[in-house]
Amino acid sequence: MSVGEAVEVTPEELMTINAARELRDGQVCLVGVGPPNAAANLARRLQAPGCVLVYESGAIGAQPVRLPLSIGDDDLAATALELVSVVEMFNLWIGGGRIDVGFLGAAQIDPHANLNTTAIGSYEQPKVRLPGAGGAPEIAACAKSVIVIARQSPRVFVEKLDFVTSLAHREGHTVVITDLGVLRPGSDGELELVALHPGVEVEQAREATGWDLRVADDLERTEPVTQRELDELRELRASARR
Amino acid sequence: MDLRDAISEHVRDGMTVSLEGFTHLIPFAAGHELIRQGRRDLTLVRMTPDLIYDQLIGMGCARKLIFSYGGNPGVGSLHRFRDAVENGWPQPLEIVEHSHAGLANAYAAGAANLPFGVLRGYAGTDLVEHNEQVAFVDCPFTGEQLSAVRAVRPDVTVIHAQQADRHGNVMLWGLAGVQKEAVLAAEVAIATVEEIVDELEARPHSVVLPAWTIAAVCHVPGGAHPSYAAGYSTRDNDFYSAWDEIARDRERFSEWMREHVLSKDEVPA
Repeated sequence: MSVGEAVEVTPEELMTINAARELRDGQVCLVGVGPPNAAANLARRLQAPGCVLVYESGAIGAQPVRLPLSIGDDDLAATALELVSVVEMFNLWIGGGRIDVGFLGAAQIDPHANLNTTAIGSYEQPKVRLPGAGGAPEIAACAKSVIVIARQSPRVFVEKLDFVTSLAHREGHTVVITDLGVLRPGSDGELELVALHPGVEVEQAREATGWDLRVADDLERTEPVTQRELDELRELRASARR
Repeated sequence: MDLRDAISEHVRDGMTVSLEGFTHLIPFAAGHELIRQGRRDLTLVRMTPDLIYDQLIGMGCARKLIFSYGGNPGVGSLHRFRDAVENGWPQPLEIVEHSHAGLANAYAAGAANLPFGVLRGYAGTDLVEHNEQVAFVDCPFTGEQLSAVRAVRPDVTVIHAQQADRHGNVMLWGLAGVQKEAVLAAEVAIATVEEIVDELEARPHSVVLPAWTIAAVCHVPGGAHPSYAAGYSTRDNDFYSAWDEIARDRERFSEWMREHVLSKDEVPA
């Protein structure tokens, strides 16, 4: 995919960088495994060095030097301000409403930003058995806002979830970052395409959505990815393999 | 105590067994010993089944799994878990599925000798329909509807810790997961440790489980590999990534288990 002037990025990188842009200094961010982990750590290297990373494994204020593979890597514990038990993490910190931004991924997302991370097909006889809930239901329910990262395709963006794992509609405090653009809930809670990444057409986003996608009247363009953002992300990813 | 003896003395077929450790301090060596001793029909409890339950499930040790996240963190699927749920291989696996908050509170309730734990959450999700251990209760003070999770009371909990002293007091530090709750919720607890020391030193972020809460302490250095023990080892992320390929194929998995677990004598993979 070609973006802006000269910077070539993969869809994955485009998504991660745009998700990272959502974070601000001082925000307390609960980080999940996978792309959210990359995005949150990237934000700390860019515009939000003072973003507080919280991992459900019990690390509060982690400052990993390398990109952790799991949410319980040794680097997280070693650099954290505080370590708490999992029970305390969920009851006092997440359940207690002390998370500003929760980062979530999903295998399926519906028009109201509810998420499925449990199973594709029936629950009893799943076509694909996914990992399951983990911390997502409480993060979705208790964080002040939620950022969902998901590749946009008709298999992922579905009218009806095969299984409702988490309710991520947060009265407007939800943003969904995809490889095509950005969606936010409208006043009735249904997701609306509010921005497209450079070079992406509305039609592509419609085709990649399993329902009749609403498009904002004032549809925007996300800023082209900068060389610095890309360099930092690639350096971060390379650090994970060392 | 010898790990073989501890497992054979305390763990019987059909028991409810919890091997805890949230990413950190996962008791792999003890899991491998369960596999070598051919335990069957276990109800396995763990928040994150991780590679260790992937192995126990794939080797046919489990009848039922109580869990909250069945993935290989940062890598993808647990293929043996998936094969059991999707295809019933090597045998059907009954699943009882929580969120992390739900299962953590179920352990905490068990440790507190309460019949259930209480939390917000689960409302509106399909998890409730498929888990009879989750129900709703009304708060007697505010009337708010809350979720109740039935307490988890394992017959045996096994943990891995950094140290024990010569009296059998066990100390772990770093990410402490739900080990304290899982040990105190259980009828019997077994701890494998990296090191036996004369005296436990006070440390930040440490959890001490007094000797009278632990039935058996076994000296098993490296017993958490490929998970890790802070201060002794680091997480073997390369192995976690490599497991994806090994576990994907039934034959390759079985061969790996024969070579690295069944033919070994209490040596972590």
